[in-house]
Amino acid sequence: MTDAAITVEGVRKKYGSKDALDGLDLTVTRGTVHGVLGPNGAGKTTLVRILSTLLRPDAGRVEVAGHDVLTQAYAVRLRIGLLGQHAALDEELGGRQNLEMFGRLHHLGARRARARADELLARFDLTDTGRKPVGAYSGGMRRRLDLAASLITEPEVLFLDEPTTGLDPRGRAEVWDSVRSLVDGGTTVLLTTQYLEEADQLADRISVVDAGRVVADGTADELKAATGGDRVDVVLRDAGQLTTAAALLPLTGVRVDPDRRLLSAPVTDRMAALSGVVRALEVAGLEAEDVALRRPTLDEVFLHLTDRTKEAV
Amino acid sequence: MSTSTVMNTVTNPATYALTDSWTMTRRELARWARQPVAVVVNLVFPVMLLLMFGYLVGGGRGVSGAYLDYLVPGMLALTMAFGLEGTMVAVTRDLEKGVVDRFRSLPMANSAVLVGRSAADMIQSALGLTVLIAVGYALGWRAQGGAGAFLGAVGLLLLFRFAMLWIGIFLALVAGKPELVQAVQILVWPVGFLSNAFATPEAMPGWLGTVVQWNPLSQTATAVRDLFGGPGGEPGHVWAAVAWPLALLALFFPLAVRRFGRLSR
Ligand SMILES: Nc1ncnc2c1ncn2[C@@H]1O[C@H](COP(=O)(O)OP(=O)(O)OP(=O)(O)O)[C@@H](O)[C@H]1O
Ligand SMILES: [Mg+2]
Repeated sequence: MTDAAITVEGVRKKYGSKDALDGLDLTVTRGTVHGVLGPNGAGKTTLVRILSTLLRPDAGRVEVAGHDVLTQAYAVRLRIGLLGQHAALDEELGGRQNLEMFGRLHHLGARRARARADELLARFDLTDTGRKPVGAYSGGMRRRLDLAASLITEPEVLFLDEPTTGLDPRGRAEVWDSVRSLVDGGTTVLLTTQYLEEADQLADRISVVDAGRVVADGTADELKAATGGDRVDVVLRDAGQLTTAAALLPLTGVRVDPDRRLLSAPVTDRMAALSGVVRALEVAGLEAEDVALRRPTLDEVFLHLTDRTKEAV
Repeated sequence: MSTSTVMNTVTNPATYALTDSWTMTRRELARWARQPVAVVVNLVFPVMLLLMFGYLVGGGRGVSGAYLDYLVPGMLALTMAFGLEGTMVAVTRDLEKGVVDRFRSLPMANSAVLVGRSAADMIQSALGLTVLIAVGYALGWRAQGGAGAFLGAVGLLLLFRFAMLWIGIFLALVAGKPELVQAVQILVWPVGFLSNAFATPEAMPGWLGTVVQWNPLSQTATAVRDLFGGPGGEPGHVWAAVAWPLALLALFFPLAVRRFGRLSR
């Protein structure tokens, strides 16, 4: 058995004449979290629907948990959990009724389906509202219930399509905690997101997808490094001194952000740049609040990568 | 112990077709228990139509006599036809809410999604027939054909409903959107009224009479009237009331099943 939980090779999917996926390749190692990062319309949902046997690819090969999604769909379904982009629940039924129904459809049997429903309600802090119809749940509660429904059989591979979109920071943190504890239990997770912070926090590896293709692939650090070198940020006490400082400091390509009283510039030799900046500030008698070297943020990586592909088209 | 790798010797989910269909039917029953008002409104609506037409068309003499004998079977058939709407709304809503996607991603027998829907709708229709027949009895209507004929009539009505059900599923899968469902809902009315449910086609202008006579709803109504031994029945019409729904089923059942399979396109 290979150590790949998900293998995607040259997958294409057209809607009419539009390419939603245009030869996408992806490999996810067992027991890891893989982030799929991309702007609106990149093809994230299409990919998740193909992986979870809901949609047939036009071309390419897709294996999940060692089984082909086209020819062994049932074997795949036994091993996956799916949290779609939008809640997939019966809104008129209660939370407990939903979970129990899905448990029965996993063929747990009546007794185990009930027990499992109670277990999951407790785990996701929904026991008190288990009887209320899901239509009356808040967005966060609904998302938690939806997540619980995708975990009925502790799947080998879990797909999460934008799991925290629309959640408040607390709801987001709760979902993140759940994902982390699942991964500790050995589950492989593929999650799509538009939040770069989310990919940074959760994912072992990230694929940046744009226009139906993977445009970059690697760990968060690798992606940041590939996008360009480090930067030095200088925050001054007095915004009025920004222009003086920009001219004075031994830096090129300086960006000025008056609102944050910030000067930012790319650097090649990290230590030389840092000591040069500090010395120049001292000599000129400029008061700095903060001087720091930093990697580019994933936001910068993301904009950089998705922009470049647009230019190439 | 992990529940994950359920030691599963089953390789074909069709093995679960019956269990899963029952789970899906139970789901619908549970929904009714949650919305008793909606259920009651559904049952009362045809009763209201019966009373309304009884008084209006019956000429204000009250709902009784020969017209009642004509009207009750017509209303029973009409109720079955209008069931199409309910089926369509339910299927569209499930598609819209994404819950069908979850079902399709589970290791269940996929056929159960549609089988459960039909079982639940047939139960509801049987309930609707019971209520309407009971109200008819309360108003003084009597079936005069004996127990066998009575059961035959109920069977024909349910067969007609079953055909409507699969048309409803097909249309919902094709339309997919609530706006289009509304269009169909509006169209169901003329189809329902261009039948002999309320009035005999002889009383209508030529072309209209022809349309009305060919309406499958009229076929069922005529056969049921015959079996109930009331006016407007035609002996031997039973075969038309069997053939029409079967023909519709032969067309729409495979179309609906195919359409369901195409959700993965
Ligand atoms: N059912 C469909 N019919 C036609 N076009 C579709 C359909 N589903 C998706 N598309 C198109 O395919 C492309 C990829 O869509 P997809 O939903 O996979 O993107 P996404 O990355 O999930 O976007 P978002 O972040 O907005 O959820 C888009 O251009 C979209 O318009
Ligand atoms: Mg999406």
